[in-house]
Amino acid sequence: MLNPPQKLNPKLFDKDVEQVPIRNGFGEGLLVAAEADARVVGLCADLTDSTKMNLFKKKFPERFIEMGVAEQNLASVASGMAAMGKIPFITSYAMFSPGRNWEQIRTTICYNDRPVKIAGSHAGISVGPDGGTHQAVEDLALMRIIPRMVVISPCDSVEAKKATELSVKINNPVYIRLAREKTPVMTTLETPFEIGKAQVFFTSKDYDALSVKKGRVGIIATGALVYKALQVARKLDAEGVVIKVLNLATIKPLDTQAIEELAKETGGIVTVEEHQVAGGMGSAVAEHLAQTVPVPIEFIGVQDQFGQSGTPDELLEHYGMGEEDIIEAVKRLLERKGK
Amino acid sequence: MSLTPSKIKELELKANDVRQSIIEMLLEAGSGHTAGPLDMADVFTYLYFHALKHNPKNPEWEDRDRLVLSNGHICPLLYATMAHAGYFPVAELKTLRKFGSRLQGHPHRDFLPALETSSGPLGSGLSQAVGMALADRIDHGRTSDKQFYCLVGDGELDEGQNWEAIMLAGKEKIQNLTVIIDRNNIQIDGFTEDIMPLNPLADKWQAFGWHVQEIDGHNFAMIDEAIGDARAVFDKPSVIIANTIASKGVPEFERRFEWHGKPPNKEEAELALKEIRTWRGKIKSEHE
Repeated sequence: MLNPPQKLNPKLFDKDVEQVPIRNGFGEGLLVAAEADARVVGLCADLTDSTKMNLFKKKFPERFIEMGVAEQNLASVASGMAAMGKIPFITSYAMFSPGRNWEQIRTTICYNDRPVKIAGSHAGISVGPDGGTHQAVEDLALMRIIPRMVVISPCDSVEAKKATELSVKINNPVYIRLAREKTPVMTTLETPFEIGKAQVFFTSKDYDALSVKKGRVGIIATGALVYKALQVARKLDAEGVVIKVLNLATIKPLDTQAIEELAKETGGIVTVEEHQVAGGMGSAVAEHLAQTVPVPIEFIGVQDQFGQSGTPDELLEHYGMGEEDIIEAVKRLLERKGK
Repeated sequence: MSLTPSKIKELELKANDVRQSIIEMLLEAGSGHTAGPLDMADVFTYLYFHALKHNPKNPEWEDRDRLVLSNGHICPLLYATMAHAGYFPVAELKTLRKFGSRLQGHPHRDFLPALETSSGPLGSGLSQAVGMALADRIDHGRTSDKQFYCLVGDGELDEGQNWEAIMLAGKEKIQNLTVIIDRNNIQIDGFTEDIMPLNPLADKWQAFGWHVQEIDGHNFAMIDEAIGDARAVFDKPSVIIANTIASKGVPEFERRFEWHGKPPNKEEAELALKEIRTWRGKIKSEHE
């Protein structure tokens, strides 16, 4: 069942659950952050509407800079503005920022210790018809390996809004991963959110029954696929598989306590992300658990491939991130645990 | 108001001190770059000892002018000038490139917070200077009297990011930004016009909406006049193409691209110091 203290959307499992693009939450959060803090400035590389920086631009034209299609300059100009005390937000598609301007982010933002906030929109394979060139499935890896960078992958628009507002409060550079497609709204304004804290969204009703300990499975999911993880958990719960689902929005710094607890309780983890399996959230979880609570792990994500055109659902299924794939991963994990 | 002869002599002697320090620190380090630091010594000396509004005892002074070194590899010059200006003891220059030193092989603010930026990877300094000036404009409008200087190498202009920043500064008409190019005509692999032609360099900047001046980068009177002129231009960013002689001050090293990225050995350093001191004697006698 959904974890009551998380105050999740009660209509979450309904067919007509409200669906909003995650990037919309960023746009709203940026506006609130800018109203609260005059140091906030916005820079965009010719994608102001689709990255949802348009709300900010309209309200604060004097604090907005149109950069043109120039992502390298985007990152370093923001660094210079931060050097003068501003808190810059930079937006483009994730493929181009942080895809194209990685070294500028590493050197002029992180090495320089400047609190620039990077919003990468249209991340993941679900960008769909645009095809593989535009499907950023490497961005989490690119960002989490840079010292000082905080990496957040919100699961829905409400969480994206909170993450955006809170990113201003920390003095680090922050990467916020956003998706283009409409995503079911899972959380509510009352759902607690803290950068660096994972949340248990779902716990099977029999989770605490000692007799089933051997059959427990932990799912750690991030981004829009949290929704699929919850659907799978509900289905398998009905079939008697005992599951807990952790929403891991902050990929760096990792909530090591929550992850270790889950691994200890379940003895096996499935990670779910819309990203290359290499270097992404699952890797971060595995790196930590290998040293602390080594348990079997199954990884759902892109398997060292480039994407292609298609609808989001077609692509998610083709590249192994559909509900059936998650169910199979859970079953594989149970088998491995049984041995 | 142009520089007086005595001021010019003072600056020439100061630049000579800085050049000696550069040779001494490179010898001690055993690695590092020689040509650029020697040939930009006059421009740096002019900035730190005449033009910049700054306070070496209070590097974080909010109202200071900002100087961004983009081609971080010429940092022996930056460090030497800062030390002679009073930011830290001249003796510390001998720690260049050593473990734990504040004087990293390429500038790093973590180690030396008085630096405006960390730098080394080429082509991103100008973007940062543009960002600084844009932030200043948000706070103080177009009449701000704060000056933003960015020093770039000529070979560095091969990097496409520079041209993104040049476009933006032209579009935004950033009047208090001055770029100074070290036009020494060399880069690691050879002469710039053989590796990747930059000419017509002045025309290119002009086409992007910049106020362009070309000067002898070793002539303090010309440097002074160009900086004054740049500050007087209201509706455009300024670029000063400082024609310099690579490794200026050591005739045996001059104009040779081999000296871009290597330090002198003991004999070469002795020769270099002898040449620089001889030059010092000439400066003294010429002005008498």
